[in-house]
Amino acid sequence: MTRWLPHPWFALWLLVAWLLLQQSLAAPTIVLGIVLALVLSWALGKLGLPRVRVRSLGTLLVLLARVFADIVRSNIAVAKIIVSPWPRYTSGFVTIPLEITSPYALALLACIITATPGTIWVSHDSRRQMLLIHVLDVIDEATWIAHIKQRYEQPLLRIFR
Amino acid sequence: MNVLATVPGWVALTIGALVLAGALLVCIGSVGLLRLDSFYRRVHAPTLGTTLGMYLVLVGTIVFFWAGEGRPALHVILIGVCVTVTTPISLMLLARAALERDRREGAAGIPAANPPETGADGGE
Repeated sequence: MTRWLPHPWFALWLLVAWLLLQQSLAAPTIVLGIVLALVLSWALGKLGLPRVRVRSLGTLLVLLARVFADIVRSNIAVAKIIVSPWPRYTSGFVTIPLEITSPYALALLACIITATPGTIWVSHDSRRQMLLIHVLDVIDEATWIAHIKQRYEQPLLRIFR
Repeated sequence: MNVLATVPGWVALTIGALVLAGALLVCIGSVGLLRLDSFYRRVHAPTLGTTLGMYLVLVGTIVFFWAGEGRPALHVILIGVCVTVTTPISLMLLARAALERDRREGAAGIPAANPPETGADGGE
């Protein structure tokens, strides 16, 4: 199993992407999709990437729903700052000490932070485990650190334990 | 747009509202890119278009083809996934290049390579 299917999540994603692109659920399409997913995920396994271990799918889904809500909220917040004639806000850098080390968890955190307008991932120091982000409207630095750590990092720690 | 003429009015209105709301967010994002003053502030603005703006247009597209052709164009979801996953790469590249430049120039309000403490740049 591990040897022949080293990246089951990648294989599943390839199959889903294939079926979506083909826009069909006919048997030959599904069979070809499975073959492609197996061969390509096997080839990816040859590159020796670390394996993805999703420990808690439920937590992942909860996290995605939460991120979506945050995307909507922060879109409105940033749009308000842009359109207001006399915007009052303070931008700044925030340094966050991180506990997560899994490259996949970090990648997902990067997507989350970038996808919520108002925060951008600037740099991550993997040795000191420090993340530097830029926030468009920092109301309180400690609140931002707690926000990122509790809302995103804790679920990520549970998912990629 | 003969598809919109064949569907019920409220469906056409929904599609129009979704696409227009998405386009409005993209527009606000572009205005922000123009209006905001420092690099780090400006780079926030276009993310409106790559997140909720894009999602609204995508949902509008799905509903449009659902109403017009009778099957949801679910494959446009792939656009959303690919944009969401690839945006951080270019954004990070830009932000890190700016940070490197500002550190070399010794610009004010930029955290050092090993920041002892954080600080607000005030954006001036």
